[in-house]
Amino acid sequence: MTPYGPVAIYLAVALAAALLFTVLPGLMAQRKPNAVKSEAYECGVEPTSDVSGRFPVRFYLIAMLFVVFDVEAASFYPWAVQMHQLRVFGLLEMIVFVIVLGIGYAYVWKRGGFQWR
Amino acid sequence: MQAAADLINAVPFWLIVLVKSGIVLLVVITTFAYSMLFERKIMAWMQLRPGPNRVGPWGLMQPAADAVKMMFKEDLTPNTADPLIYKLAPFISLITAMGVFAVIPFAEPTGTGFFGAIGDVNAGILFVFALTSIGIYGISLAGWSSGSKFPLLGSVRATAQMISYELSMTLSVIGVLILAGTTSLMGIVHAQDRVWFVIPQILGFIIYVITAVAETNRAPFDLVEAETELVGGFHTEYSGLRFGLFFIAEYLNMITVSCLATLLFLGGWNALFGLTFIPGLIWFLAKAGAFLFFYIWLRTTLPRFRYDRLMDFGWKVLFPAATLNLVLTAVVVAFWPTNG
Repeated sequence: MTPYGPVAIYLAVALAAALLFTVLPGLMAQRKPNAVKSEAYECGVEPTSDVSGRFPVRFYLIAMLFVVFDVEAASFYPWAVQMHQLRVFGLLEMIVFVIVLGIGYAYVWKRGGFQWR
Repeated sequence: MQAAADLINAVPFWLIVLVKSGIVLLVVITTFAYSMLFERKIMAWMQLRPGPNRVGPWGLMQPAADAVKMMFKEDLTPNTADPLIYKLAPFISLITAMGVFAVIPFAEPTGTGFFGAIGDVNAGILFVFALTSIGIYGISLAGWSSGSKFPLLGSVRATAQMISYELSMTLSVIGVLILAGTTSLMGIVHAQDRVWFVIPQILGFIIYVITAVAETNRAPFDLVEAETELVGGFHTEYSGLRFGLFFIAEYLNMITVSCLATLLFLGGWNALFGLTFIPGLIWFLAKAGAFLFFYIWLRTTLPRFRYDRLMDFGWKVLFPAATLNLVLTAVVVAFWPTNG
């Protein structure tokens, strides 16, 4: 028996519980809607404008950097669990990898990719 | 004949797993309820006030009172919101927060294996990180689908913060994986029979603790719900039980992170000072509880970070430090191997 069977059962139970919690407010909660209540909250002031508009590009940049670096971090995992077998060969391979990673990191730093002001 | 025997063997097993899943979920939800009370009590004592003490003796029924109140609160959906995604977001947060407990072993499995993990997956740590990463979707979709300014700002901040710190978190545990030689959580605990990994991996542990606090959006990294700037952050528009689901998810994530710290760095259910007559489960709960207390202690002690400093710290300090820890561990294992 693979351990993923029980995991699937547990996830099904958790799914059922989460569904219950999601449906419950519709059944239990009282409902007295009015126009002001269903407005978007803006500290009690009437909403001045829509949410659409310009947004700092830095957030998108961070998202892209995350994808690049996290894939590289994930590729450390299979190497890490084999380290006791690979020894010095593994170390050298990894140092080359870290150097490549470091060049990219230094480039991003130098171009102001991590700058937040 | 063989088929009949298989059937007899198969049916109880599924039933056992089903019952165990139910028990784990119940325990986890109860732990959530009381960790909330625990937090309010501890914070109150640190601030020299009594804390919740009206509902039941010593305030012990407070979580039940809160749950009932939340259930009967009006469930509002702003008319600018995207209704489907608005309702889906807390669900995603909750299911990922609960799902993680499928692979967390609470104690050494005994004869029937009842106290071990529900599934001792050999990629346990990857499973945990995969699910917690999906949890970020819950927060970012909640803010985006609310159709309101403060939630949108809060959720974009949250997403940027969580993905930045997740990077250092995934890197900080690699040192542990190198020493243990496995990604199975059970295997990692077994590898700590002689010495807890907090000692050889002290740098990794410090990075893990910092990123763990940031990942769960807790003070001093709770910029996601910085009340003074963003009202309630990504869950500003949520009310009643839907808000409660985010609350449950946040606390479950705290518990997950505490359990993970215990398993990866604090020796899991291994006893301290050779006190092996105390069961492993008690040791595990004590260590995870101590870590949870540390969380609350941080919240009462430290002021909130500034956002640019937070991002600077994550990318310019923690990321290189985690990589350095990785390289140092690899050098030590390559030249002075201890086992394997």
